[in-house]
Amino acid sequence: MLAELFILVICASILVSGILAVSLRGLMAAMISAGLASLFAAVSYVLLAAPDVAMAEAAIGAGLSTLVFLYAIRKTNAGKE
Amino acid sequence: MKRFFGAVAVLLFGVVLWGVATGYAERGAPSELAMRYLAEVPADLGAANVVTGILITYRGFDTLGEVAVLFMVAATVGLLLGGESRGTSAASRPASRPPSELVSNGAEVVLPVIFLFGTYVIVNGHLSAGGGFQGGAVVASAVGLMVLARPSAVLDHGFLSIAESLAGVLYVATGILGLILAGGFLDSRFLPPGVFGAFVSAGAIPLISALLGIKVGAELSVIIDRFRS
Repeated sequence: MLAELFILVICASILVSGILAVSLRGLMAAMISAGLASLFAAVSYVLLAAPDVAMAEAAIGAGLSTLVFLYAIRKTNAGKE
Repeated sequence: MKRFFGAVAVLLFGVVLWGVATGYAERGAPSELAMRYLAEVPADLGAANVVTGILITYRGFDTLGEVAVLFMVAATVGLLLGGESRGTSAASRPASRPPSELVSNGAEVVLPVIFLFGTYVIVNGHLSAGGGFQGGAVVASAVGLMVLARPSAVLDHGFLSIAESLAGVLYVATGILGLILAGGFLDSRFLPPGVFGAFVSAGAIPLISALLGIKVGAELSVIIDRFRS
């Protein structure tokens, strides 16, 4: 019961950070929010007993792609509005 | 007009996802195929981690495809971003804000642990969760933290490219070895399965896993560095 509730909270967090990533004005904050969505997804994979997928999601989705996007934002100067 | 098409697209997505959502029922027990894999993989391949056994042996060709896609991404990024930064050393780069003390000091503590964990995930893929792909990604994210903490650090692209190509060639060579000595392309059973659960066991799975880890880690590191410079 408690575990199911926890999974639901995590899934709600994925939704909230996904919506924030779309609606936030600042590109930096939006990208961090998108990375957060990936991180919550990774946590939900762990809770659903798929640690292999969770590891890839945490490293690639939350870590590397966020980093690449942040570098891209810095290069295009769109971060400073 | 744009708004109208947007609404239509959202509506279509809604129709598709509505069908998925209403047709969803939680699985009480693993499917027949999953049960078969769970029963046969440990005995057949000698791998305690069924997922890695499937990914590297039964679905080895798919993994090769994934690695090929990643290689194409790395090559494209190098083509698009590599030209302008060629010849620029760390000194000639535009001076960026130095990293905060938290990042630079924290990285010194955490970096060795992340590298160690990545290596552990790679070489223990057949025993515990993980494998070459995941471990390589962990190592590459550690490289990402390193370049964040030390903007002046220079990655040796030549070495990384050689390591990556060598790992790729050896990976395919291992696959062909499986074709000759065992059941088919990328069959890991041409080495003895060994004692179940031991570090050196599960045929060629640890070997393939290590090669994959080197390849993925080097590729992703180069991609990050291309974006940085």
